[in-house]
Amino acid sequence: MFEDVAISLKIAVEAGTPILLASLGEIYAERSGVLNLGVEGMMMLGAVVGFATTLTTKNPILGVLLASLVAALLSLVHAFACVSLKANQVVSGLALTMLGVGISGVLGRQFVGSPLPVRVAEASIPGLSDIPLIGKALFSHDPFVYLSYALVVILWFVLYKTKLGIEIRAVGEDPSAADAAGVNVALVQYGCVALGGALAGLGGAYLSVVYTPAWIENMTAGRGWIAIALVIFAMWDPLRAVIGAYLFGGLEALQFRLQQALFFGYRIPVTLLGSLPYIATIAVLVFASSEAVRKRIGAPSALGKPYFREERVF
Amino acid sequence: MEKKEAPPKWMEVLVPLVSVASALLIAGFFLALQGIPPLELYSKMLAGSFASYHGISYTIVKTIPLLLCGAGLVLAFKANIWNIGAEGQLLMGAVAATWVALYAMPSAPSYLVIPAMFAFGFIAGALWGLVPGYLKSKLAVNEIITTLMMNYIAIKLVEYLIYGPWRGEEEWGFPITDKFPEAAWLPRIPGTSVHIPTLILALLSAALVYLLLYKTKVGYEARVYGSNPEAARYAGISSEKVILLVMAISGGLAGLAGVGEVAGIHRRLRYPWSISCGYGFAAIIVAFLARLNPLAAIISAIFLGGLFVGGDAVQMAFGLPVGVVNMFNGLMLLCLVSGEFALKYRVRVK
Amino acid sequence: MKLLSLRSVLEKPMVIEEISLSEMQVELGEPLVQMRGIVKIFPGVVANDNVDFDLYAGEVHALLGENGAGKTTLMNILFGLYSPDEGEIYVAGKKVEIRSPRDAIRYGIGMVHQHFKLIPTLTVAENIALSLANAPAINPSKHLVEEIERYSKRYGLEVDPSAYVWQLSVGERQRVEILKALMGGARALILDEPTTVLTPDERDELFKTLRRMADEGCGIVLITHKLEEALSVCDRITVMRNGRVVATVRPNEVVAADLAKMMVGRDVLLNYEKPPSEIGEVVLRVEGLRVLGDRGLVSVDGVSFDIRSGEVFGIAGVAGNGQSELVEAIVGLRKVESGRVEILGRDVTNQPTSRVLGLGVAYIPEHRIERGIAPDLSVVENLILKSYRNPPFSGRLAMNTDYVREWGKRLVEEYEVVTPSIDAPVKLLSGGNIQRVIIAREFSQEPKLIIASHPTYGLDVAATEYVRKKLLEQRRRGAAILLVSEDLEELLALSDRIAVMYRGRFVGVLEADEITLDRIRVMMAGEEEAS
Repeated sequence: MFEDVAISLKIAVEAGTPILLASLGEIYAERSGVLNLGVEGMMMLGAVVGFATTLTTKNPILGVLLASLVAALLSLVHAFACVSLKANQVVSGLALTMLGVGISGVLGRQFVGSPLPVRVAEASIPGLSDIPLIGKALFSHDPFVYLSYALVVILWFVLYKTKLGIEIRAVGEDPSAADAAGVNVALVQYGCVALGGALAGLGGAYLSVVYTPAWIENMTAGRGWIAIALVIFAMWDPLRAVIGAYLFGGLEALQFRLQQALFFGYRIPVTLLGSLPYIATIAVLVFASSEAVRKRIGAPSALGKPYFREERVF
Repeated sequence: MEKKEAPPKWMEVLVPLVSVASALLIAGFFLALQGIPPLELYSKMLAGSFASYHGISYTIVKTIPLLLCGAGLVLAFKANIWNIGAEGQLLMGAVAATWVALYAMPSAPSYLVIPAMFAFGFIAGALWGLVPGYLKSKLAVNEIITTLMMNYIAIKLVEYLIYGPWRGEEEWGFPITDKFPEAAWLPRIPGTSVHIPTLILALLSAALVYLLLYKTKVGYEARVYGSNPEAARYAGISSEKVILLVMAISGGLAGLAGVGEVAGIHRRLRYPWSISCGYGFAAIIVAFLARLNPLAAIISAIFLGGLFVGGDAVQMAFGLPVGVVNMFNGLMLLCLVSGEFALKYRVRVK
Repeated sequence: MKLLSLRSVLEKPMVIEEISLSEMQVELGEPLVQMRGIVKIFPGVVANDNVDFDLYAGEVHALLGENGAGKTTLMNILFGLYSPDEGEIYVAGKKVEIRSPRDAIRYGIGMVHQHFKLIPTLTVAENIALSLANAPAINPSKHLVEEIERYSKRYGLEVDPSAYVWQLSVGERQRVEILKALMGGARALILDEPTTVLTPDERDELFKTLRRMADEGCGIVLITHKLEEALSVCDRITVMRNGRVVATVRPNEVVAADLAKMMVGRDVLLNYEKPPSEIGEVVLRVEGLRVLGDRGLVSVDGVSFDIRSGEVFGIAGVAGNGQSELVEAIVGLRKVESGRVEILGRDVTNQPTSRVLGLGVAYIPEHRIERGIAPDLSVVENLILKSYRNPPFSGRLAMNTDYVREWGKRLVEEYEVVTPSIDAPVKLLSGGNIQRVIIAREFSQEPKLIIASHPTYGLDVAATEYVRKKLLEQRRRGAAILLVSEDLEELLALSDRIAVMYRGRFVGVLEADEITLDRIRVMMAGEEEAS
């Protein structure tokens, strides 16, 4: 039983990792005032590029790196439209998702059903992994999970404890004030959107190279959208994103369990269980929205609004 | 760079056209890289969708759901309500129609069962839209993500039904329902798959949305709310009423599209992707290509319908995957939304 | 239309020559900054028309003019916020191009905007770190604390570096802004209308600080529309009118009347005849009103007053002392915690806005674009925002389009709204014309009560005069008027009684014969008069 719980937690962490990575990236994009609804598309592109590269080069590190790079490039399209051309961020983000999903479908067709020749090995951390329960759950994973731990801490630190973090938060709260303080608003926004793209791509590649590992069409299955919902749940704080991501990871672990379980002699159909994460996303959003109202915490004030320096306000 | 005064009317027509052309150009460039001659491909697409009676009829078949969903989205977007859930609302309309045709009134005559299917389809789509609408109006929950999640839930629900309780008895275990009784088949234009009642409803929907938006009190309220919710609040316009009404109508119209697909074309419920190959998402482009003008949506729906048909045609000829259409849709929407820049700003380079 | 080059889009910093006023030897009395032939055109307005302006080291230089004269535009150009259409700028004698505030700061130019450019959710130290190019990359706020305290002492600018900006008073925020500029090495410092929001004591403190800075070799530009400020604290005065410089003079060469004439271009200053009107029944009665602000703190704390028909009741006070919340509570846009609002004897406490406005209440909101209009809708559609519900504007379901258009046309003419057509989106109109649309909408129905929040803020002279004239017309007609404004001259010109608000309470209510500018200023600092 104890071992069972530990394994479930371990699966929860692994299943939560792609969502966590994408959420972290979106937190940065939104903190700089740019809403990017293209996460699903960028993840999908990352998944296919990561898989294809790993398949051909047999090098998963290269695969994941290239996936991040390509997804970041895709996100720059969004940055160009929204930051430079002041386009509607919702529409541009949706378009980015269509584009990413489309490209991944085109590129990935030849890889459907191909097995991956290499596996990313687990690397238990000596000492820590021997702690009962927690050791198994947190410290016997593949290196990418540890990378995600490090990213959470680094991204939190940068956001709250560095000059760059102050600049990012300032741009998202009031770009005209940040501008007057000498911050290059466009550069900060481009940078944050690109980071968001890179992390979404990383998340997608984790899914296809490490977690599954295989290329299946539409394999992100809404994780990108869940990641966006989690940003609200996390109140735009990288540390809080961890809780949400692992919650959803846990849900995925639970799904596997429930498939075998009997309820009053009935098995819950797999298809209905499959809708669980989506229902949970709505529930999480409802919870986050009411909490935001209660605590008077909101999104970055300038989120979704293009900044135009010479706009005259009355 | 500076803000512009009102753009002239011809610009408002030209910019979408140029945007589409740019998307074609960019896509052509990538196709060329893949060794596919873009001009040949585009002319095949055009030939497939608009050059023959057969092609045109298929284009109209695809136009019907695009226009129904698109007209609803024009209404929603005018009110600044981001209903991204037309896909799910369409599927729920299909589910409701299936229930009516196979389970509720399997032996009723046409003149009863067909109106019943449309009525229940509308209600089902509307209810599916009202869930995110309710959450937005009461709890300020962002509708973009909830409408999207409702899509996934609808897909899972359809899958559950066709794999589970509604799986057809005569279908050798395929995940599809039994065929509808003939009374529930929508009449078609002979020799084509164009289902007449839905076509009429689609054209009516564009006109109705136009009248609603520009000639009625609630339409005025929706536009005020869409332009500035604070001003709406100040004018005593109930945001709840606007949100619920808009979500119900746009969901309901998508629901009608779902009825048309199952009762007019497939005559059964089947795998979600076969019922709607992304109409709900493409309808977003229909709405924006029409610059949120409900009557112009008729033209943009026909154009997108042609794109779907042309896409089908070249997929076979050039061995392209389904993703190509999606890719092109994404490109087109990106070019459209970026093209707005030309309408709003004037750029000077010194 | 030319193609957009990627560089202009990304706005890469240009390689600029290393000129910085903070390191250059500019002797006292020599020019720090020279602007030559500056032209700036906004759609429909020439904001600056061939303007020359000099700032010397060691001087406090007033840039005097009425609202809309082009003072702020000129300084925004110097600070790199706007790019000029024509003209040249010299810093320490060298021609420069200032493409962004980043460039300006690097040249040693600092600006304190009228609406402070501070991020409320960041601390004082974080806000200062944000503006300093050389702030340490890691833990900048911690490292800066000492330096902030040193500057605070040297210039007498007390402020707590670890406080969040949203916790600070307006005066404290201004100090942060000045600190920011000083610590950034500013030697040319622009202050845009710095005293409008200050109490008299704070104002005197500020002038002392500015003088000290000038003595140390800085050049200070004081944008203002107040004659006495220009005359009493400045070394030179440049007067602007309609986008042009009228003259640059020394205070000992002129008297106030000369300056007034230069500013307005004619002899008469804004002079409203305020004929005695018939004071009638009580229209608005507010009793013990208590309201919370956005952050959940008490903003209006037990306020009571009556307004009778034919009377203008003014509310003075530094922004953020609960005036906005008071108004929002009266019109039903904000929840009343306790107390009572009565209009024409009817209890409307916590009633929906539509019900309140339906009783014949006109509301000119503080943020006219955010709240007063639906920007994408046409002029005529904005004109019916309050009345669309009722016949003859609409029937049960449908709008009565013909009548609406007829009516809209009449109103546009009557209120002299300048618009390409009644179908043009209202967002394309100028600020003054947007305000005319709102006034036309609100006043056309002969309201019994008018609630006007900062009705002339940001408007040009003509529009301001028009709005004030219309308000007085309504007073004569017998409307009760609640006027909230930060512009004391406006309050003095229009009000029959003035209440001064401070930290959510009325410090006092002055009757017509007791009102003087100085008494109001004292009360704005929260001091009750010993009487």
